[in-house]
Amino acid sequence: MTRDEIRSTLLGCLVAVAPEIDAEEIEDDADLREELDLDSMDVLRWVQGIHKALGVEIPEEDYGQIVSLEDAVSYVAARV
Amino acid sequence: MAEFVMPSLGADMSAGVLAKWRVALGDRVAKGDIIAEVETDKGLIEVEVFEAGVVESFLVQEGEKVPVGTVLAEIQTAPASAPAPVSAPVSAPGSIISAGASDLVLDGPLASPAVRRRAHELDVSLPSVRGTGEHGRITLDDLVGVGQRARSAPGARVRISPYARRVAMERGIDISRLSGSGPGGAIQASDVLSVTAHPASAAVSPAERMQRAIAAAMTRANDEIPHYYVEQSIDMANAIAWLRETNASVSVSERLVSGVLVLRAVALALRKHKSLNATWQGPEPVPSAEIHVGLAVSLRGGGLVAPALRNTDQGSLGELMVRMTDLVGRARAGTLRSSEMTSATITLTSLGERGVESVTPIIFPPQVAIVGCGATVERPWVVEGKVVPRPIMRVTLGADHRVSNGHQGSRFLTALDRLLQEPEKL
Repeated sequence: MTRDEIRSTLLGCLVAVAPEIDAEEIEDDADLREELDLDSMDVLRWVQGIHKALGVEIPEEDYGQIVSLEDAVSYVAARV
Repeated sequence: MAEFVMPSLGADMSAGVLAKWRVALGDRVAKGDIIAEVETDKGLIEVEVFEAGVVESFLVQEGEKVPVGTVLAEIQTAPASAPAPVSAPVSAPGSIISAGASDLVLDGPLASPAVRRRAHELDVSLPSVRGTGEHGRITLDDLVGVGQRARSAPGARVRISPYARRVAMERGIDISRLSGSGPGGAIQASDVLSVTAHPASAAVSPAERMQRAIAAAMTRANDEIPHYYVEQSIDMANAIAWLRETNASVSVSERLVSGVLVLRAVALALRKHKSLNATWQGPEPVPSAEIHVGLAVSLRGGGLVAPALRNTDQGSLGELMVRMTDLVGRARAGTLRSSEMTSATITLTSLGERGVESVTPIIFPPQVAIVGCGATVERPWVVEGKVVPRPIMRVTLGADHRVSNGHQGSRFLTALDRLLQEPEKL
């Protein structure tokens, strides 16, 4: 799976959690919580979506490694 | 026969647009079925019916804006030869008014079926009429002359020609704000077109409308409710440790967030502190036998809704988490149900995730209390004589002094603290 494919999947999971966001506008290095006004429940739903889509389980203690989209792509790419 | 009326989906709502019928004439409906969608300043709400029967007639068409209490449809609840059954309880949110049994009033003022029929003919909203009968019952005499006044009063049913309605809808104009120059004050297309020339009358965005509705409700709350506040700092170490351990041992789909622990703890604390779990109805509070905590949900496009998680004190934490996730998702998607918009008996607002350490919230009428949570932050804390860093959350209770006092409020917060020290029992 390429990084672009992972990025696209992660974005899809994000839009499923927050349909009102504009996926095109998200900058890869932006803090997603800050930028998209995500709360802990949104992050959990995103993590659940990633698990369902790609089979990658992200433990809570690793949430700090998926702060931005770029971070998340790297994290998942290393495990998918 | 029962009447399905435009429900009041919040203290700030005076009218709503019947956006869509979800049933057809002749359809059989069961209690709790969603039969309509109503557009309010808080978004699109799915409205449930609280009586079983057959949809007999639609009295309001899709796209029509009508005041709260307007009869939207008639529902045949029983064979014509049989007496109509008693319908929903007074507090039921589906706003069914039974017109079958004599003097039966299930949502709104006391009035006989004859009075209700006459009020409907006159387009008069009964809650706006002062009853002079026994116990404030509205009589036919009370309606004399009211119809004419009601048509010019705010919130009255709007008379408008179909073409004018279509023009208004196309231009996004709120017809309840228009004056009619047609027969009987009916709004005509020319009335609508004359308004379009005035930019000040132009439609506002949904976000602006929602903010205006919030402003109206909060202003009313500030003006009418004598708030008092008590605050407590709660050591969240046990709760966080338990949560971390629990989440590490379950699948990702079963994880919990700390908010669900606070939500459950608030609900359980209310079991013993019933004066805070009530609504203010006229001159006195009405305690609620059930605990429905409203959850303040900020909408990313702007705005705020506080739908209820019904029976928050019941079921497992896992079930509550699923329900909370669903509710928040639907709040943001604009697919809440009428019962969720009207049944909260207290509200919980959490702004801690945004970094603020404490919240001084305003009560949502007609509720009589609100709980605000700040961020959980590391603070020096004395444990067994030693100063140690602990994760501390500041919780504020805002309550109505007409209903409870600081002593009761303090006891509630102490109970909340105690419950959060034993998260495994939540």
